[in-house]
This record gives sequence, C-alpha cells and structure tokens, in this order.
Amino acid sequence: MSLRDRIEDAPDAALEQALKNFRSSVHAWSEAAYSRPRTAVSVVRHRSWRLAASCALGCALVAGSVTGVVHERHHRQEMAMAAARAAEHERQVAAERARVEDEDLLATVDSDVSREVPSALEPLAQLMVEDEAKVSNTSK
Amino acid sequence: MRRAVNLDPMKTSTKVMAAGTALEPMATAAAEEIAAQDFTCVVQNHRPQIFRFLLASLRDVDLAETLTQECFLKAHRNWGSFRGESSALTWLMRIAINLQKDHWRNRRMQFWRHTQNNSVDLDEASEWLPSGESSAEQQLLAREQVKRVWKSVAGLSERQRTVFLLRYVEERDLSEIAQATGLSEGTVKAHLSRALGKVRAELGGKR
Repeated sequence: MSLRDRIEDAPDAALEQALKNFRSSVHAWSEAAYSRPRTAVSVVRHRSWRLAASCALGCALVAGSVTGVVHERHHRQEMAMAAARAAEHERQVAAERARVEDEDLLATVDSDVSREVPSALEPLAQLMVEDEAKVSNTSK
Repeated sequence: MRRAVNLDPMKTSTKVMAAGTALEPMATAAAEEIAAQDFTCVVQNHRPQIFRFLLASLRDVDLAETLTQECFLKAHRNWGSFRGESSALTWLMRIAINLQKDHWRNRRMQFWRHTQNNSVDLDEASEWLPSGESSAEQQLLAREQVKRVWKSVAGLSERQRTVFLLRYVEERDLSEIAQATGLSEGTVKAHLSRALGKVRAELGGKR
C-alpha cells in the first residue's frame, strides 16, 4: 500500500468512531441473536398442530364429499322412484280412461245400430212389437 | 494421519502444523477420534464468529442461523480435506462466503417465486448500540452513526460488503481476507478502499 493510499484510506476520527460503534453494534446484535432462546419446540408443536388441523380439515372435506355423493345418489333414487310411480299412475289413469271410452263407444255403437233398422225390415219389426204387446196382454 | 488445527483465529497454523507432522504414524481410529475432537473445538470456538459475519451480511437472524448450520455441516463433511494451510476460521469464512454467494444466486434465479424475506430493516439493525455510551446525546449520535454505516453497507456490492465486514467487523487482516475471499490482496485493498469511501461519503466526510 502506497503512502498516498494509506493517507486516503486512513480513517479519520469520526469515521473511526462510527466504524467502532458499528462493530460494537453488530457484535451486540449477534450476541443477543446467538444466545436467544430457540423456538424449535414451539415450531414443531405449531407444525404438528397445523398438521393435525390439516388432517381434520381433510377428513371433514372427504366425509362431506362422501356424504354429499351418498345424499345426491339417494335423492336421485327417490326422484327416479317418484317418477316411476307417477308414470305408473299416469299409465293406469290412461288405461282406465281408455277402457271407459271404449265402453262408451261400444254403447253408443250398440244404440246407434239398434235404432237404425233398415226400412225394408220395418214391417217385420212392427210385427214383433205387436206380438210382444199381445203376449203381455194375455199374460195379464 | 493426524491433522493439526490452529484454533487461534488470528494466527496461521504454521507451528501447529509442524507439531502435527511429527505425529504421523497413528492408528486410523485414534486419528479419527482426534479429528472429531478437533472439529468439536472448531465449532465451539468459531460458530459465533461465523454467525456474526453471516448476520451482518444478510441482516436475517433465521437465515444466518441456517447458513451457519450449513457451513459447519459442509466443513464437517470436508474436514478430511482441510490441510491447515490457513487458519480454521479463514477456511470456515471461505465456506460461509460461498454459501452466501449461493444463497444470493438462488434468490436471483428464483426471483419470480414468492420468497420470504426476513431481513430486518436498517432502523431495527441500528437499535443495537454499544453499551459504553452513557448520555442520551451520545446514544443518539452513536445510533445515527450506526444507521448511516448500515445504509452505506447495504448499498455496497456483494464483494465490497464482504471485504468491508471482514475488515471492520471481524477485524481480519488483508491476507486473511484475501484467503477467505479467494481474491488477491491488491483486489481486497481496492474493494476495501471503495467501500470505505462510500461509508465516509455517507457519514458526510470527504470523497
């Protein structure tokens, strides 16, 4: 180191004092930090607590999901059964309605057919009516 | 073969090395036991200094502890390759400096990740005052000085900061700093001069 360098790099009094204070400050901080109580146990506990909480939360989520799935499935089954019952009822109502309609139709057809006697058979029909009237008078 | 260790941080291990070479023919188990004992002594003697250097460099207590732990783990693994060419402390300082470099490199590489930064701010770091200051005015002045030095140290380049801290906090001499950093003494002087100039400028002095 040259003389010039030494003069330039030689700390003046204020700088020297500042560097001394800085050194003392760093030493004091380091000693305090080095001898501070370690928190390893509490960290482990904290981690274990968090782990337990995570497990519990995970279990709750899984249980909730399973319950939801089961409930949804049950709900769908109920809906399907209700739909099946409704369809059966509809089918029965439709069948009943169809049966009634068929009977009405047959009755209408019967009456229509019975009333509409061909004109060619009208005298014969008249005779049958008269015979029936005689038989009834005789029996009286 | 027994390895001699200089536990004095201020001296090189020339004398001890000479004593160690006289004890060459030893059983391997005994040598390993002695080496383990040596390493235990090294840890006990130098751990606070390594921690202090890393704390001053990083301003992060947890990170300084982690890197100190890593430093001694690495030293333990490589204890067999330590030849005593420098003092144990200088060797450990070199490991600590490399770990610190790796840390900053990783931080730069992972800048897009959310990395937790526990570095204390300069005000908090300046709270630690030398106990010798008696009056409130002296305390205030000392705190202001320490804060300004911290501010200028924070603005130094990584290499300048390392050299500055080794010189003015750890009070290493130039040759030890050169060995620890792997730089030549001339380069160390240049870095030290620039660092000191910045500190002086921050304190309101010349330059």
